[in-house]
Amino acid sequence: MQTFARVPWKVYLLIMVMVILGPLGNVLLGKGMKRIGVASGWNQAGLLHFLTQLSGSGVIWLGLLCLMAFFTAYMLVLSWADYSYVQPASAVAYAMVALLGHFLLGEVVTPVRWAGVLIICLGVLVVGHTPPRTTEFRG
Amino acid sequence: MKNEIILLLLIMVAGTGGELCVARTMQAVGPATDLRPAALIRLILRALRNGWMWLGFLLMTVGFFSLLEMLSLENVSFVVPVTALSYGFGALGGKVFLREQVTRKRWAGVLLVCLGVGLVLIGQR
Repeated sequence: MQTFARVPWKVYLLIMVMVILGPLGNVLLGKGMKRIGVASGWNQAGLLHFLTQLSGSGVIWLGLLCLMAFFTAYMLVLSWADYSYVQPASAVAYAMVALLGHFLLGEVVTPVRWAGVLIICLGVLVVGHTPPRTTEFRG
Repeated sequence: MKNEIILLLLIMVAGTGGELCVARTMQAVGPATDLRPAALIRLILRALRNGWMWLGFLLMTVGFFSLLEMLSLENVSFVVPVTALSYGFGALGGKVFLREQVTRKRWAGVLLVCLGVGLVLIGQR
């Protein structure tokens, strides 16, 4: 079994990349789609016009790039660490969105939401104290 | 109500099942040792040659469309917090399907994350 104690920084770094790029990609795609609007029709001309607008949108491309980078980071992390380690650790994204919303956008975060953020961080801390990799390479 | 239950199960089983298949692929591909772009592309291509990866994509797509369908039937405030349960399902899948050692400590952490995600999602309504 490969012990992972030697390179944990890669796991933490890429989980942070996932936590930032996943929600960012979704937000960019959402923003791009709102700008473009719905397809004018499901006939050939309508779809062609929609696809032309889609492929010409820089925001959509940026969103796709973020999601591709997110998925690459996800694959890499899963090549080093357990799924049952990575999945709860990536829930930090929920805390990150609440924190960014509050401090950057001035959004009101309810006490229930703050309690949730604290409990997520506590949960991630507990999972983070378990060995990241407990299985062997199956190749 | 029967349709809603089936959709909720699909969201959790197919969505998380898809991620478990991707994890299974990466167990087979092995740990990435070289992070240069060419090596990363080779790693991705190796993963794409694994059947589990394609099953993963298929299941994640089913999970995504089930979520969209569920959102058209029920309120977001009901649907989204339920997805917090997928963390528990993921840990169970990791233990059974991927043979990961999910210790009591990891279970405790997963349950805290489930609870926390549920509260965050309820608290934003």
